[in-house]
Amino acid sequence: MKKYILDLQVVSVEALSDKHVLIKLTDSKPLPEMLPGQFVEVRVDHSQDTFLRRPISIHFVDREHNQLWLLIASIGEGTRQLSKLQKGDKLNCVLPLGNGFTMPTSKSQKILLVGGGVGVAPLLYFGKLIKDYGAEPVFLLGARSASDLLEVDLFRKYGRVYITTEDASVGEKGFVTDHSILREEKFDQISTCGPKPMMVSVARYAHSENINCEASLENMMACGLGACLCCVEKTTKGNLCVCKEGPVFNINQLSWQI
Amino acid sequence: MANLNVKINDLELKNPVMTASGTFGYGLEFADFVPLNEIGGIIVKGTTLEPRQGNDYPRLAETAQGMLNCVGLQNKGVDYFCENIYPQIQNIDTNMIVNVSGNSPETYAACAEKIATLDKIPAIEVNISCPNVKSGGMAFGVTCEGAASVVKAVRKVYHKTMIVKLSPNVTNIADIARACEAEGADSVSLINTLMGMAVDIEKRKPMLSIRTGGLSGPAVKPVALRMVYDVAHAVKIPVVGLGGISNAKDAIEFLMCGATAIEIGTANFIDPAVTKKVKDGINDWLEAHGVKDVNEIIGAIQ
Repeated sequence: MKKYILDLQVVSVEALSDKHVLIKLTDSKPLPEMLPGQFVEVRVDHSQDTFLRRPISIHFVDREHNQLWLLIASIGEGTRQLSKLQKGDKLNCVLPLGNGFTMPTSKSQKILLVGGGVGVAPLLYFGKLIKDYGAEPVFLLGARSASDLLEVDLFRKYGRVYITTEDASVGEKGFVTDHSILREEKFDQISTCGPKPMMVSVARYAHSENINCEASLENMMACGLGACLCCVEKTTKGNLCVCKEGPVFNINQLSWQI
Repeated sequence: MANLNVKINDLELKNPVMTASGTFGYGLEFADFVPLNEIGGIIVKGTTLEPRQGNDYPRLAETAQGMLNCVGLQNKGVDYFCENIYPQIQNIDTNMIVNVSGNSPETYAACAEKIATLDKIPAIEVNISCPNVKSGGMAFGVTCEGAASVVKAVRKVYHKTMIVKLSPNVTNIADIARACEAEGADSVSLINTLMGMAVDIEKRKPMLSIRTGGLSGPAVKPVALRMVYDVAHAVKIPVVGLGGISNAKDAIEFLMCGATAIEIGTANFIDPAVTKKVKDGINDWLEAHGVKDVNEIIGAIQ
């Protein structure tokens, strides 16, 4: 897939919580082809304390309005700067990068999408495309508390949504892998994105149930293009770049203890 | 259009802009962003005789105007390069140069000998300055004897253009450059990364898996410039300058300090199209100043 460097224009910046913003971007030309699970390397301007670009998941692509959505959690200086963007600002993006999630191969398939925290970001667009294809996406979203849950109503547009929170403020209490839906229903594929301990638990569940499972990793990156070899993950094929060979990996390729 | 052609020994570059090893993959990774044939030379990933897995993650720490890396020469080995990578890059219309590393003079030479058989690779860059491997690498680049031993071994088997990449982690880089020149190096490139360290104060641990790494980016540019100036005034062979070059102005500074060509490294991560911008920017500066040939500004600072 051809990659581009684009100065995208900020259409809106919406605060979703005290540390999450939804940034909608557009361009004068139609946005390039992008797959769910791919990411964007964004340049952080106006900061003395950042140097490298920041890899951000493609949250949603709204073709009707020619928009790319990014969901950003302010966790460091780079993401804090990004959350200060305002309508009309330009954001320099290299995109689309990496490989996306595997699309279903039959309309009868039921795909479980498990997200934790800001890791829910790539699952919205993926869920939409699964639904468009005619298969069924089912979302299982985990958060610490109700206030950390993001865009539940948006996810509901594309499929059933199940929730766990650690403090039981919404949905079932506990971690995503504690949710009763995992015991009540059988899924054809699981795709997950979130904190590594969560993804390892999900991978362990999928492995024990013999369900095909892929996880989206977020190792620290420099180039995003497979050139610097900084973001490597240990795999059955040796050290592979998360940016180029991932960020989505089948769990059977990873050296996780599952 | 000013004349941008420069020569490193017999190696003709259509312009002085090259890419630094380990920052531009095999060129193909950047083909969507820059016309590769407009770059003077592409120095591909460090290659060793045997495959290397490199160091553990994390290999990267962001620092003020730069970054530390401790990749550790991860590559699939020279045989894999010859069989699988070379066929993909041999028709790129520029100088495709292979960066060669080893852990003894013999392994450097054995790797170089295999590269020598590839028709479309007109030059190698011998890396005696990688700070991130336990044996070999920088160990050879920090003494005159070590540098000389590698250059001598490679020179015996490699008869095309040999550039030797020097480490800045030395007392007197000009002495090392002279030792390389004396053993028949055609050129020296400098600087490789400066050894550094970064700390995660919450974890009370180093940020990098092997504690230290190599610093690159704009932060190192003044150090690199000073060393390029020193070496250019110490040897007769052409000098290739690198270290923090991010734009045409930076590149021209290196040329004026005596570099015949320059390499762009870490800046490729921030702007994947930077190489073409630097090349065009050098031409624009020359035209704006009525300079017809880039060679007129090389070494302008006495």
